[in-house]
Amino acid sequence: METSIIISGYGGQGILFAGSLLCHAAVIEGKNTTWIPSYGAEMRGGAANCSVNISDDEISSPVIDKADVLFALNLPSELKFEHRIKPGGLMLLNTSLVKKIPERHDIEYLNMKLNDMAEELEKPAFANVIAVGAFVEKTKILSTESLKQALKEMTAGKKQHLLSANLKSLECGINYIKSSAKVSL
Amino acid sequence: MAKVLWKGNQAIAQAAINAGCQCYFGYPITPQSEIGEYMGDKLPLLGRTFITAESELASISMVIGAGTTGTKAMTSSSSCGIALMQEAISAMCCAEVPGVIVSVMRGGPGLGNIASAQGDYFQAVRGGGNGDYKTIVLSPATIQEAIDLMYRAFHLSLKYRNPVMLLADGILGQMMEPVEFGEYPYKDDDVSKWALSGAKERPPRNLVSLHMPDGELEKISDRIFEKYRIVAEKEMLVDKFMTDDAELIITAFGTTARIAKSAVKKARKAGMKVGLFRPVMLSPFPEKELFETAKTARMILDIELNQGQMLQDVKASVFGACPVEFLGRSGGGLLTDTQMLEKITALYNKIGVRV
Repeated sequence: METSIIISGYGGQGILFAGSLLCHAAVIEGKNTTWIPSYGAEMRGGAANCSVNISDDEISSPVIDKADVLFALNLPSELKFEHRIKPGGLMLLNTSLVKKIPERHDIEYLNMKLNDMAEELEKPAFANVIAVGAFVEKTKILSTESLKQALKEMTAGKKQHLLSANLKSLECGINYIKSSAKVSL
Repeated sequence: MAKVLWKGNQAIAQAAINAGCQCYFGYPITPQSEIGEYMGDKLPLLGRTFITAESELASISMVIGAGTTGTKAMTSSSSCGIALMQEAISAMCCAEVPGVIVSVMRGGPGLGNIASAQGDYFQAVRGGGNGDYKTIVLSPATIQEAIDLMYRAFHLSLKYRNPVMLLADGILGQMMEPVEFGEYPYKDDDVSKWALSGAKERPPRNLVSLHMPDGELEKISDRIFEKYRIVAEKEMLVDKFMTDDAELIITAFGTTARIAKSAVKKARKAGMKVGLFRPVMLSPFPEKELFETAKTARMILDIELNQGQMLQDVKASVFGACPVEFLGRSGGGLLTDTQMLEKITALYNKIGVRV
């Protein structure tokens, strides 16, 4: 199975890192994966996005036309990419920043106040990693163990001091889905 | 060995290091600056040479200098930077100096933009230098292939004493994918017969691109073109996907070919007999291979991110065996597999299906 994911937001929200985290975890599980960043004149506060494919088979096109999943971490992302989600797809919407009412009825919305959730955690905490944790727990596209392993690898060396905050953020996203599943039961 | 996640530009640089590249000379330009950045980090630690040159002219000239000594050397740049190197590339072909050039294409003409494009096919394959010459051009579609072709580029460059260009594009340079490096798989040719290694205890040599005596240049021209004939015969690389029974064959190179492969798979699912012919070596062009493949097809669709450049080589190779159509987009815009599939479907309906 192949899953195409677009992650989009402001530069500085950790958009590229979130995509890269999924890719690293996919590699740990022996899956094929591709990651393309938007690159160039982007800067903190400007638009940033990346395209991630995860598949058990060979990935032909790394370029995503219609995505299975969109992470919209700000309003411009929702406006730009909402129509590019496949019917039956999923949009993870950061409702801390996006107040607009979603327009599509043929996709599933996962609304999360990511910034607020990060604020409530002991600092530092990362909204992007919370989003990844929630997404993976919800879809089971990867195991949360591989994500933790990936975070360890990605923060090895100079960024070691950021590992615990990343793991805490990841757990926060995972627990959000677990607890909301209980509520709906 | 387990695969590891690498960014295209950095993988290209690491592959060069594995291939034994002793010298990197370059000037930064998007979308390939990470190659120089990576080399700047690693080469000095290995006791090898890294120089940020003052310009692209200087970079390629330094490659010539290193190449004349039989040293494995490279430069990398993008579209408008490669434009500045053309005179030197012609000189390298004439003086038979090895060297590897990585070209990571961006939008053009002019300074263009920094998006991924394929408008430098002519620049790579035809070249803008003077005289009769060819650069050997290799075109990867995945990061794994970029690594394998970097190894091959260094090997071919020394073997045939000719510049070899790796023609990639912005997406390939910027994307990440799991890869395996493996070991440099080639046994390189002995350079001691021609390299300028100091004339102690042997007669002096020179490697020049000026040949004034009557008839001398003609001999050289014949000799280097004999090399290109041998390269075409012995070193040719093509990738064919589902072409055997295909009614419609797509020709494409690089990242576009990869997206086209996805379109071919979708077309097959829809019951259309479509295949993909991807030249991996773009120069010399796989004329024979394409002609043989085209003979059994009803139509060729050439897809490129430009206004139709490889199209000319495709048409010349197909030589009327079947009609050749074109789908292109330039200026940095991408073609998605959906757009390709639309064109494929329209053409497929036009040719009808053989009973």
